[in-house]
Amino acid sequence: MTVGAPETTDLIQLLTPEGELVERPDYPLDLSGAEIRSLYRDLVITRRFDLEAVALTRQGELGLWPSLLGQEAAQVGSARALNATDMVFPTYREHGVAWCRGLDPLHLLGMFRGVANAGWDPAAHNFHLYTIVIGSQTLHATGYAMGIQRDGVLGTPSAAAAVAYFGDGATSQGDVNEAFVWASVFNAPVVFFCQNNQWAISEPLEKQSRIPLYRRAQGFGFPGLRVDGNDVFACLAVTRKAMEAARTGQGPTLVEAYTYRMGAHTTTDDPTRYRLAAELESWKLKDPIERVKAYLVKSEQADAAFFEEVDAEAKQYAADLRRRCLALPDPQPLDIFQNVYAEPHPLLAEEQQQFAAYLASFEDAS
Amino acid sequence: MTERKSFKLPDVGEGLTEAEIVRWHVAPGDEIEMNQIVVEIETAKAIVELPSPYEGVVAELHVAEGETVDVGVPIISVDVAGEPGAAPAAPPAPEAAALKEDLVPSPAADPGTHIGPETGPDVPAKSPGEPARVPVLVGYGVRPGATKRRPRRRPQPVDEPARRPAGQAARPVADQPTRRAVDRPARGVVALATPPVRKLAKDLGIDLAALSGTGPRGSVTREDVRAAADRTTAAPAAPVAAGTVREQRIPVRGVRRSTAAAVTRSAFTAPHVTEFLQVDATETVELVRRLRELPEFAEVKVSPLLLVARALLVAVRRHPMINARWTDDEIIIPEYVNLGIAVATERGLVVPNIKDAQNLSLPELATALGGLAETARAGRSSLENLTGGTISITNVGVFGVDAGTPILTPGESANLAFGQIRELPWVRRGELAIRRVTTLSLSFDHRVVDGELGSAVLRDVGAMVEDPARMLAWS
Repeated sequence: MTVGAPETTDLIQLLTPEGELVERPDYPLDLSGAEIRSLYRDLVITRRFDLEAVALTRQGELGLWPSLLGQEAAQVGSARALNATDMVFPTYREHGVAWCRGLDPLHLLGMFRGVANAGWDPAAHNFHLYTIVIGSQTLHATGYAMGIQRDGVLGTPSAAAAVAYFGDGATSQGDVNEAFVWASVFNAPVVFFCQNNQWAISEPLEKQSRIPLYRRAQGFGFPGLRVDGNDVFACLAVTRKAMEAARTGQGPTLVEAYTYRMGAHTTTDDPTRYRLAAELESWKLKDPIERVKAYLVKSEQADAAFFEEVDAEAKQYAADLRRRCLALPDPQPLDIFQNVYAEPHPLLAEEQQQFAAYLASFEDAS
Repeated sequence: MTERKSFKLPDVGEGLTEAEIVRWHVAPGDEIEMNQIVVEIETAKAIVELPSPYEGVVAELHVAEGETVDVGVPIISVDVAGEPGAAPAAPPAPEAAALKEDLVPSPAADPGTHIGPETGPDVPAKSPGEPARVPVLVGYGVRPGATKRRPRRRPQPVDEPARRPAGQAARPVADQPTRRAVDRPARGVVALATPPVRKLAKDLGIDLAALSGTGPRGSVTREDVRAAADRTTAAPAAPVAAGTVREQRIPVRGVRRSTAAAVTRSAFTAPHVTEFLQVDATETVELVRRLRELPEFAEVKVSPLLLVARALLVAVRRHPMINARWTDDEIIIPEYVNLGIAVATERGLVVPNIKDAQNLSLPELATALGGLAETARAGRSSLENLTGGTISITNVGVFGVDAGTPILTPGESANLAFGQIRELPWVRRGELAIRRVTTLSLSFDHRVVDGELGSAVLRDVGAMVEDPARMLAWS
């Protein structure tokens, strides 16, 4: 297998790993210095709190954590292309998207600490619950998009679209292919944002597909694009265009963000058992954060003080998140009854009473 | 003003119960930062580095490298500087307030102006030094004795109907909770048992109360009952103290576990056939002696295994199909030979392989063989060494046996076993002679290799062992 060498002719890239801008008139992107600095800040803080969560897992404070290391640009770039009214359907690794949607990462930690069953209101930030089942959220997104379509808002100023995040492994799932079929034939306003991080746990991409993933879209009848997933500019520009197409009634798009999972699949996985160090090394040279930093320095849009400030902020944020995570209260056994029905329910009330009596039957119960 | 905090071994892998301390990165007296890597541990799943949850000075390492410890056991103590202005730890809020309200503003529609979440209001800190959460055990089972049943209040209001008078003598002993065991003088522990085991005991006429169990929390198992039944029926000549454990239990892990998985997979996926051939290896033994005297071999070990390995390489050249592998859709014939050698190590059986063995000169092959075994025995074989093999040799002779039926290394189609060489009566040129004889056995995957091919390869190797000059003739 090639070591991280995509077919460069197909790859949409606006910023090279060396921090040089690439001319792409078909993907215009006019960002101010402040906007680029804020993208940089999102990338750094996302990476930093993700690392903190990994450390918390290693210290026994979280049960599990799927690290997004290496995929920051794909997530931040695409999420920053969304409007507040667009609806996001994530997998379990979309910490950077959650951050950009304004969801407090404490919710994510609470879920992986096992003190909440998901723990946030999807409508609050138009960010759906993390989906652990591989690929099923693509169907939810398609259904949601068909709902938007039926609201009759497409093409109007209040138009919105749905975006489904998933990985390369999910493309082998029936659900994802069914979602493609439905989205295609109903022209649903949904963007399928696939982060191809090359590994479905230990299964390499060549065991998933004989053709580049973005070319699958053609068979379903909608456009597919491959973007440099480590290029935050390109991810932003491409997702913006795809979302705008969806909102104006032009149907779905598959965006394959070509990136790399720098860490393990989750904290219980050991990638050194199945992949070669050389592959990891080659991707280190394509780091999503370093290239933005290089560009900001070269174009004199940021100085050393700015980078220090962001680093310090990220460190402070991570320390604060750690403190807040450790302070999360454990849920009470009776809490489970609160989320069953919206209205009081006699049978449930009876069951709750029985369970309370059972809990009180222990000698150490207060 | 410092406070000593200990870091307990966490469950880092969804239900792991123990880990081995591989290497400490710090020593007592070292100053460490929050999240600094302090130790490498190896679990059943992976080698992982643990970051310190404290900032301070290392006071003590409680576990030596190489030791295996249970989850929850303190492994390192750190002296943490007291924070002068820090508020005393408050009890946790009764409700998940932090989870119920969002602490962050909604994102703006304009991607250019959006900024991520801001730090929320302070939540009172629960004492952060106490990671006292019980690990959730998923997938690896609960270690016997790792959990304790919470004692119930009596009388139990829900499941203890009044129809059974309290203190009735005929009540089954096993029903009584362990905390009342002090009432029983001699044995001290009351038997716990599952209903099927109780039924079995009743059927066999065994008094559960007379047994001490070997199951979880001392419960009486089916085996305990059967053993007790055997004791009562067996001759009284061999009395065994009740409850004496006469079995040793070795946890299956590491190389042993992966070897077991590999041989099982191989045995039940590849249809194995094994053929045998007894040959006169006298000439090979003589050649080994002469090679040892040559300066080219002064630094390396020359053994009959070396010549058998070379013979197999020559045979592969003559019959490339023996080096092929089956993939359900196609048969793949490599143009190279990655020669695997089964090595018995302390941790179990491993089969590292020599890459491109067909290109090596005889001294190079000897060097590679020596290095391979040494590396494997030291437990340092890399993933690269252990994967990608195309054909293997198993030297069962070192164990003092004549022959074996080797199981194929997964992904390979042939495995040659080489038995011990010993003096036997042998008919040579029409006369009885004492010769050095060995047995070669070749297992092959019958999907790839027909009997005719397998026999030809075995015959060729045998011919070369009998007359090593053929190796030159055929290579």
